[in-house]
Amino acid sequence: MSAEHPEPTRSSAPPAKRGLWAWINERLPVDSFISHELTGYFAPKNFNFWYFFGSLAMLVLVMQIGTGIFLTMYYKPGAAFSSVQFIMREVPWGWLIRYMHSTGASFFFIVVYLHMFRGLLYGSYRQPRELLWLIGMLVYLALMAEAFMGYVLPWGNMSFWGAQVIINLFGTIPGIGPALTQWIRGDYGISGATLNRLFALHVAAVPIVLLLLVVLHLVALHQVGSNNPDGIEIRDRLGPDGKPLDGIPFHPYYTVKDIFGVGVFFILFALVVFFVPTFHGLFLEKANFTPHNPLSTPADIHPVWYFTPYYAILRAVPNKSLGALFLVLALVSLILVPWLDRSPVKSIRYKGWMSRVALAVFVVSFVGLGYLGMQPVEPIYVILARVCAVGYFAFFWLMPFYTRWERVKPVPDRVVYHAH
Amino acid sequence: MRTNRRGWASMLLAAALAVTMAGGARAAEGGATFGSHWKDWQAHADVADLASLQRGARDFVGYCLGCHSLRYERWSRLGKDLKIPPALLKQDLIPPGQNARDYIMSPMTADAAKWFGKQPPDLSLIARYRGTNYLYRYLETFYVDSGRPTGANNLVYPSVAMPDVLSSLEGLKVAVYRTVEVPGPKGAMFKRRVFEHFRQIAPGSMTRQQFNQFVHDTVNFLDYVSDPPRLERHRLGVWVVLFLIVFTTLAWLLYREYWKDVR
Repeated sequence: MSAEHPEPTRSSAPPAKRGLWAWINERLPVDSFISHELTGYFAPKNFNFWYFFGSLAMLVLVMQIGTGIFLTMYYKPGAAFSSVQFIMREVPWGWLIRYMHSTGASFFFIVVYLHMFRGLLYGSYRQPRELLWLIGMLVYLALMAEAFMGYVLPWGNMSFWGAQVIINLFGTIPGIGPALTQWIRGDYGISGATLNRLFALHVAAVPIVLLLLVVLHLVALHQVGSNNPDGIEIRDRLGPDGKPLDGIPFHPYYTVKDIFGVGVFFILFALVVFFVPTFHGLFLEKANFTPHNPLSTPADIHPVWYFTPYYAILRAVPNKSLGALFLVLALVSLILVPWLDRSPVKSIRYKGWMSRVALAVFVVSFVGLGYLGMQPVEPIYVILARVCAVGYFAFFWLMPFYTRWERVKPVPDRVVYHAH
Repeated sequence: MRTNRRGWASMLLAAALAVTMAGGARAAEGGATFGSHWKDWQAHADVADLASLQRGARDFVGYCLGCHSLRYERWSRLGKDLKIPPALLKQDLIPPGQNARDYIMSPMTADAAKWFGKQPPDLSLIARYRGTNYLYRYLETFYVDSGRPTGANNLVYPSVAMPDVLSSLEGLKVAVYRTVEVPGPKGAMFKRRVFEHFRQIAPGSMTRQQFNQFVHDTVNFLDYVSDPPRLERHRLGVWVVLFLIVFTTLAWLLYREYWKDVR
């Protein structure tokens, strides 16, 4: 540009560093980012099994984006069903990429459900982490939208009828319902136009939103610091050096631990991808191996396993609009947990028996609803689904009461940790 | 480590639960109508049985291809996967006028819909759509039914449009039913026909055992076609999992080493 040579600036970087790395760091805060967010980010040392799933969720997200990009190179919305078969049979390693993507979808939800359960278990949504929980819930909602759209893309018969059921849910909104569903579909019925727009949303719009939300989730996490199984704020007990007494640097301690978690995860993942990719019809359903047919309804329409708890709630209510309302309420209840929990302690370890029973009822109800959502509509299943739905909502709506009534145990000053 | 172990236990429990649920769902698909016969009609599909797959391919070309296509499978792929030499493939399997690189397409025209009431479906994915046991039962349970336009009916697919094309091999059989009383609502008893057994009324060119083998081979072949890379997938999967076990063990040792410092 000009012959002017600016004076070498004195940045905060150590003077010993010269050359390319220093040049980069003067322009991009790589070193300070690493020291602030990894080597200088202190996490509680007492993380247990339940703390693997946050990093695993990120791993699956990256894997889904990576495999998804390659699938997009061959997938054609105009010839959806046969292009998926082309990928599975003729594209080199196409079957591997596709099975990784389809299995990844289910594993994403397994990991996210365990991650969310951890939050409920140890009160990770409590002050000052309410916003962290809210952003996490937005990630969950975006993930649900992403998964639904992805499920439609292979354009099998279950894709078609699943899209029919889910999009028709919007039709239950009073007044604007019918016009809204038509606007979403881009047609009078589920058609190629619908498929094309779901493709656009699945590969571009929702992933961008997801990535943004995940970054926000991490920023919010690092702002308030991680919770831990004891529900104690480690930043309240600082050593003379100003570092948390019960904290250890995220890197290297949790990076090496998470690498081990990644290994275990990939073993389970590979077992499914290579040996049972359909997982007995749970991850890839039989009815979706036949092309979409508007004239032939599958015997039982139900969504993939990760949506079935909500689907069971929808079906348990005799009125369709009310059912849709309860489905929304089921999600809203989950979102509002930070304000429903009035306990003086965070972690289940120090909560009383009522909280423990309530959480157990919730888990049984949620798993039960998931199972019942896959069953055909028969009276016994509907009754059981109603019982489970009551259990699900009781956990949330009674929370302000039982968390205040019960007697809690004293919380220790320091986290409980047994060295290896 | 106490907490970790408990965690693994819960994960295993969740996995076991999922498997049981899937098993329960499959058990429910069966029909009480068929009684004990349901258990006899099992495909026992095994895509590693190359000889069976080769026989199945031959039988498919002989008895199915007239109406049904495999539109996602190429002849060349079939030859490669089933280890059929190209010359033999060309001579015995590929219809005149078709090339090895072509997809396996039936000569059946769109008129089939007029003749049978529906277009014979493509069978590339039928084994994944229906399941191998279903296909086995379907091919084993055609019987004479003068009430049907084709003169044949099927136990697992009542009022089926497909004629009993295998009757020259199997012969003809009729279904024998027994009437049972089942309790209905409000204590009333209902009469219901339950399938008892088949009675052979005309012999075919095959014995029962030969025919069962024929059906097994055909279903096995359809199972292969529904998911051609399966054998390769299983072979590769073993090595991938072994590698991951080594990797995870090393990661575990590294983790223990680092965490020695944490008091």
